[in-house]
Amino acid sequence: MTDNDSGVLVVVEVADGQPVDLGKEMLGLARQLTENLGGTVTAVAFGAGLENIGEILIAYGADQVLINDNALFADFHAEAWLPDLSKIISEVAPIVVLIGHSEPGTDLAPRLAFRLDVDVATGCESIEIINGRPHMTRSCFGGLAREVVTFSKTPALATIRSKTQQALEPMIERVGEIEQVSSILDGSSLRTRVVSRETEKADGAKMESAKIVIGGGLGLGGPEGFKTLNEIAELVDGAVGASRAACDLDWCPRSYQIGLSGRTVAPELYIAVGISGASHHMAGCGNSKTIVSVNTDPKAEIFKSSRFGIVGNSQEIMPALAEEIRKLKA
Amino acid sequence: MKIVVCVKQIQNPEIPSAQFRIDEEAKVLIPVSGLSPVLSPFDEQAVEAALRIRDRAGEDTDVEITIVTIASKGVRAPIKAALALGADNAVLLSDSMFDGSGGYVTARNLAEAIRTIGDVDLILTGRQAADGDAGVVGLGIAEILDIPAITFARDVQINDGVVTVQRVLQDGIETVEADLPALVTISNELGKVRHASMRETMRAAKKPVNEWTPEDIGLDEGQAGAAAMRYNRERLYVPVNDIECEFIIGDTPAELAATLAQHMRAAKLI
Ligand SMILES: Cc1cc2nc3c(=O)[nH]c(=O)nc-3n(C[C@H](O)[C@H](O)[C@H](O)COP(=O)(O)OP(=O)(O)OC[C@H]3O[C@@H](n4cnc5c(N)ncnc54)[C@H](O)[C@@H]3O)c2cc1C
Ligand SMILES: Nc1ncnc2c1ncn2[C@@H]1O[C@H](COP(=O)(O)O)[C@@H](O)[C@H]1O
Repeated sequence: MTDNDSGVLVVVEVADGQPVDLGKEMLGLARQLTENLGGTVTAVAFGAGLENIGEILIAYGADQVLINDNALFADFHAEAWLPDLSKIISEVAPIVVLIGHSEPGTDLAPRLAFRLDVDVATGCESIEIINGRPHMTRSCFGGLAREVVTFSKTPALATIRSKTQQALEPMIERVGEIEQVSSILDGSSLRTRVVSRETEKADGAKMESAKIVIGGGLGLGGPEGFKTLNEIAELVDGAVGASRAACDLDWCPRSYQIGLSGRTVAPELYIAVGISGASHHMAGCGNSKTIVSVNTDPKAEIFKSSRFGIVGNSQEIMPALAEEIRKLKA
Repeated sequence: MKIVVCVKQIQNPEIPSAQFRIDEEAKVLIPVSGLSPVLSPFDEQAVEAALRIRDRAGEDTDVEITIVTIASKGVRAPIKAALALGADNAVLLSDSMFDGSGGYVTARNLAEAIRTIGDVDLILTGRQAADGDAGVVGLGIAEILDIPAITFARDVQINDGVVTVQRVLQDGIETVEADLPALVTISNELGKVRHASMRETMRAAKKPVNEWTPEDIGLDEGQAGAAAMRYNRERLYVPVNDIECEFIIGDTPAELAATLAQHMRAAKLI
């Protein structure tokens, strides 16, 4: 660590011109870290057509925003982001770099670490500064354990799991600096070429912001089970997710997967239906406020993380629940 | 064509959580006794991806699949398993100097082993090892070797020196290509892996497994294993879960569902 290193840099993903929730959550964490570390919070946003993003990021806690607005960055492409991002990080020289533990973030962060010749802790749930050094707590062993790691080189890169940090209330009167940076990327140097991209307009974003998420697993017995879950989700303005096992069998779209290698949700209420409660699944929903589970097996692991449990057959309970909610709403 | 598949050997990641133990003092996993290590699941799928490439290549293209692993001495079962699936040979970095060193050192050591193998066209790794769940080593190898890397593959095809990968996005699929040599990390969406046939299992016993020391791959003492480590594990623990589950009682599904719906309304969720 040189004496000049200071502060925290946050790489904020942008979707439809807006910072994603995880970006705001990381700014909240960054503010907390600088209270202890000193220095400033720098937010970096890459994308195309980033109009008001600077003001928004300042309202959420950034002191300085670096905007790389370039048609080349309209879609995420890890290799294309690397030259600019490593240059910016070298110049800003932060002590900690926060990157979302999202699909783009997990593609980007390890590359960046090796390019900067520093280390990265992926899937972090918290960071604490002890004696001036960042201590990263990350999930490991499929979510069964946590490890706390420190690095001997600066900056420490960390990817942060969604819903583990609290975003600040936005303050429009906060002041900060906004700077447009120009890209050094030579597009012809790219060695990976994106040929096509097909995205399902999934309810993914909805899953992450919904107050109620209903997760279905193998205990649903088949794809029909998801129909009932979707019906209930519609009634309560919630979203539907799934275990990997259910996704692997194509009972539901791939994008439903919750867990270690899927999405992270933390709704007010997570209803786990026919899900055994493997740590890999809980890694994506364990931070929910309340978990309610429906399972035929009273000894199912999932009940150990549940506030309420129903021992019963999902094929009977779920249609009945849809009916009861309809009655209550009538 | 030469394909290297990097595989890690780990404790079965799907054991019941009640069996899972760690030593907080030493900050390491306590292996479940009597349980032999397995190929990390994504790595097993990386082997499968390599075999599918060979299957598609047909008779007149020579595809050599080499398994590379860093593992403690004496651990052989998972390599044998990979060879039984159809890989041709294996490189085992099992000197104690390679031990326990984190993503940075692991990537450096694997990259040097791959350089030593020479003329490798395609490197496959898992998206992440299912013990550390890090997802760092594959991309690290590519950066060190300065070759293109494509992550989270569900399908990998090779045509005329170009690798074409379908990668899994949060909300869909992306097709990405790169000229060889390249590195691809494999995700579970690749799908089912084949079973070892009797014939391959018998042949596997005769396939070469080369054991290399750091010296063999041009590394000196300070560059392998713990000596080169740049991270410190300050703590390892199992988080406590103090939730008490209240079981909802009722005689019929309708009764159970009604009680749950009432709870939801009381919590202002309906
Ligand atoms: C490296 C790795 C990563 C992984 N990543 C993920 C991940 O991201 N997300 C994920 O979900 N999994 C993941 N997994 C898989 C995970 O370990 C489990 O295998 C998976 O979550 C199990 O899915 P399930 O609960 O639907 O199925 P099962 O474990 O088969 O459980 C089905 C449950 O349904 C109950 N049941 C059966 N019939 C009924 C009925 N009629 N009514 C009600 N209940 C019934 C059973 O009692 C059982 O508890 C991963 C695994 C590994 C090794
Ligand atoms: N000790 C090892 N030996 C061989 N390959 C490894 C080892 N550790 C990691 N890898 C490879 O790198 C991938 C990612 O590992 P990790 O970064 O540890 O999550 C794994 O899926 C393996 O393909």
